[in-house]
Amino acid sequence: MNLIPEAEAVYRALREQLNAAMAFDAKLVGIYSGGVWLAQRLANELNAKPALGKIDVSFYRDDYKTAGLKSVTRRTEIPFEVDGAHIVLVDDVLYTGRSVRAAINELFDYGRPASIQLAVLVDRGGRELPVQPDYVGENMIVAESVSLVLSQSDAGVLSLATEPR
Amino acid sequence: MLARKNPQLNDQGELHHLLTTEGLPKAILTQILDTADAFVSVGEREVKKVPLLRGKSVFNLFFENSTRTLTTFDIAAKRLSADVVNLNVRTSSATKGESLLDTVANLTAMGADIFVVRHAESGAPHLIARNVPPHVHVINAGDGRHAHPTQGLLDMYTIRHYKKDFTNLTVAIVGDVLHSRVARSQIHALTTLGCPEVRVIAPKTLTPTAVERLGVRLFHDLREGIKGADVVVMLRLQNERMNGAMLPSASEYFAHYGLSSEILSLAKPNAIVMHPGPMNRGVEIDSGVADGTQSVILPQVTFGIAVRMAVMAIVAGAGGSK
Repeated sequence: MNLIPEAEAVYRALREQLNAAMAFDAKLVGIYSGGVWLAQRLANELNAKPALGKIDVSFYRDDYKTAGLKSVTRRTEIPFEVDGAHIVLVDDVLYTGRSVRAAINELFDYGRPASIQLAVLVDRGGRELPVQPDYVGENMIVAESVSLVLSQSDAGVLSLATEPR
Repeated sequence: MLARKNPQLNDQGELHHLLTTEGLPKAILTQILDTADAFVSVGEREVKKVPLLRGKSVFNLFFENSTRTLTTFDIAAKRLSADVVNLNVRTSSATKGESLLDTVANLTAMGADIFVVRHAESGAPHLIARNVPPHVHVINAGDGRHAHPTQGLLDMYTIRHYKKDFTNLTVAIVGDVLHSRVARSQIHALTTLGCPEVRVIAPKTLTPTAVERLGVRLFHDLREGIKGADVVVMLRLQNERMNGAMLPSASEYFAHYGLSSEILSLAKPNAIVMHPGPMNRGVEIDSGVADGTQSVILPQVTFGIAVRMAVMAIVAGAGGSK
């Protein structure tokens, strides 16, 4: 059994990596829901105060034919020019890589970015697509039978937990 | 007695066909409106398309004329990346159930996944829905005097967009309610969404019998009925549906039931004015009001695309294991 790390500490580790290495003019795009919480925090707390976009990949998912539309769908909001932008996608847990694939596809319907990087709180392995993160808060090995879920309290405190899939 | 199964829902309670707003649970109405909201932002991008319905075929099967509804369904299906076939089926009034089902069976054999059906006979979309294979979905685009659910839903989207919430609203529906499938779809949706006061304002000859049973307040005097309304929905005077002399003349109709700026001033100052189109300017609505600052008639059309995208995306995805 893995010990679940303390999400706030992992977040701080991720934030310091981004402060050290992210391009000064890069823009953040969080993937709903967990990625948006993280990207909102980062947009406020990173030294560069990057612009913030939010992406809901429901309309680009590859499991629509078998799973249908998610019951909750939110607006994608990209309040900056994507053409020529350096973008850092932010997600909570990187697993199969399918959400990231969907997010990249959706971003390209807004324009042609100069570059896209990927920042994730936790990389749990198990990739099914050739996707690799540029910034990782922590690497974890989690049993296939469980989901790793990020939640945010009303006060904005992040926590990680496992749930049966 | 066993509860009668809602023919629009599958065994998991998901929306499989959209035939009427009557009897649809609030959660499904809200899901459609929320999903439409996400599609509105797709419509604001340079690339207005998403890949959701790639490989699916949508057949717009219109047995009755329509420009706006057909066009917005066409655009909605294309923005979802579906293949679209538009069929304006010119038929005599003698279209019988059997030939209708034969048409549908043939189109199903051509690989239809969604039928969008408009028909002059009430109940035609229900009949089709009962007879298609389980993977095929039916969306009612207006049947007789019965229902026009996507119009009712886009009106709900418009009201929510401008008024945020239904629970404190007074909505006045004015005009030819007798012939209006739009009014029926609006009333059912408003009631389910918790709108506390729905008013129907119509001449006696254009009032359906026992309309109060739908939970509305009935007025025959426009000045009285429009007082304090937050939303004013003007209905089209359906001349082509009128058999016999239900009304003296169009100008007399305007004098009693037309929306002028003077009449509109009796509603709340920030009231919005809606119309499902096509408008008869000078008959049910004054041009100055139709084009005025309180009119949201053109946003209704834009929102209509997003609402139809939402309905198609939800029904086509029903039955998955979420």
